[in-house]
Amino acid sequence: MRRTKEKVIEKLLAASGLMTILTTAGILVILIYESSRFFIDVSIWEFLTGTEWTPLFSKKEFGIWPLLSATFLTSLIALLVALPVGLSIAIYLNEYANRNFRKTVKPMLEVLASVPTVVYGFFALTIVTPFLQQFIPGLAGFNSLSPGIVMGIMIIPMISSLSEDALFAVPRTLRDASYGMGATRFQTVFRVLIPSASSGIIVSVILAVSRAIGETMIVAIAAGQQPNFTFNPLVPVETITTYIVQVSLGDVPRDSLEYRTIFAAGMVLFLLTFVMNNISLWLKRKYHRQYE
Amino acid sequence: MNQLIAKNINVWYGDNHALQDVSMIIDPFQVTALIGPSGCGKSTFLRLFNRMNDYIENFRMEGEILINDINIYDPVVNTEELRKKVGMVFQKPNPFPSSIYENVAFGMRIQGMNKKSELDEVVETSLKKAVLWDEVKDSLKKPAFSLSGGQQQRLCIARTLAVEPEVILMDEPASALDPISTSKLENLIFELKKSYTIVIVTHNMQQAGRISDKTAFFYMGKLIEYDTTKRMFLKPAHLQTQNYITGRFG
Repeated sequence: MRRTKEKVIEKLLAASGLMTILTTAGILVILIYESSRFFIDVSIWEFLTGTEWTPLFSKKEFGIWPLLSATFLTSLIALLVALPVGLSIAIYLNEYANRNFRKTVKPMLEVLASVPTVVYGFFALTIVTPFLQQFIPGLAGFNSLSPGIVMGIMIIPMISSLSEDALFAVPRTLRDASYGMGATRFQTVFRVLIPSASSGIIVSVILAVSRAIGETMIVAIAAGQQPNFTFNPLVPVETITTYIVQVSLGDVPRDSLEYRTIFAAGMVLFLLTFVMNNISLWLKRKYHRQYE
Repeated sequence: MNQLIAKNINVWYGDNHALQDVSMIIDPFQVTALIGPSGCGKSTFLRLFNRMNDYIENFRMEGEILINDINIYDPVVNTEELRKKVGMVFQKPNPFPSSIYENVAFGMRIQGMNKKSELDEVVETSLKKAVLWDEVKDSLKKPAFSLSGGQQQRLCIARTLAVEPEVILMDEPASALDPISTSKLENLIFELKKSYTIVIVTHNMQQAGRISDKTAFFYMGKLIEYDTTKRMFLKPAHLQTQNYITGRFG
């Protein structure tokens, strides 16, 4: 009786594991199937090299670059905000702050990550953009600068927390070596700790960028819905994620070519984040080995 | 170069009275060994001379450490400058995750010296002094981690020598090494004492006997006996010293 009970529990646990794998596989299969149907009508070459994206207009163009450029631009701005701030926080917490301060502040920073992204979105649109317009007259109401900055604030905790872990993992003996040679704290941080923790810091950056690339709400609210092949941060753009939202919510007929564009766009997005996450996993494994 | 003088040293870690009224004079250009069972305070005492205990939480001390007639715990003393004069080699080889060359050049670089010709020269002479040059001269760009444990430890000594210290503190430098590497290291220490004052903490009685001129025996935070190594090993004045040296406890 007891043995059968154990068996049943074991099967249930295995089934729930299997379910997540099947769901992921299902999503992937549909993504591949729908986007391959898209590529029957539109050549992959045209899709990957075109700089016009107008599937919803009468003269249809299917070049992904306007969406890609907007995705890269907003993510780059986010990174430019998050990397210096996040890394500074990590260095301060790890090397300068005392233990109690670190224990209190680290969880508080992680609160930043639990703010709903829709809140960040209207914060970008209604507060950051008007504020920036006071200094940058050419800034449009929708633009990539302000959602980029806000997205940067959102990913600060990812960078600071993971980088802090990486700095923390640098062996005490290396700090001793550096201080023992007469290095100052600043020299120890920049010449020994950061180089030693570099792979961990890079992992944090890749994961944060991957998060920014997939981020939807902030850019959908504050960056606009105009597919623009540009790297000018002051004008409205449309990211891949925003485009998918726009089509999903719009009145595009199911099973039309326009409808299938979101699967092709989704496929690109999936590949981008998939590759980045795998690079970070690979690096992580590599740097875990380094000090064993 | 003058003596190193410790005057009435008391050290506490929180409530733990780790060193109790220790006074000692260490002679220049000699090897002085600090021995005693684990937790006796010998490493704490060693680390007083380059102020490495400053990083330990709850560390508190009284007394004076004089090097070249200056109390190094005086607030005006610059600890970075002090550590260039008083180098340290640690228990486990701890090269930086960079090349052999960069490890030795580290001390020069943090002093703002970046001229290649001068760095090259310092790297070469330091590696020669540490008797490592012949083994690594063709692979200076290789990562320091590619060296064996004994080579890494001699690299750490070369790194310390590169900033021209007067004193070298060694905290059980051979404890992670095999017997052959250990004997190479001991020969090196014997060479180095011609130009440097060396203070070494060791667990290994034979090692203390082989390499040191004077030996200090610590027990439970107190300096029990301090004399020439010969006399310490042949005719210790205290029963505790004799028991420890002959391996009856420890």
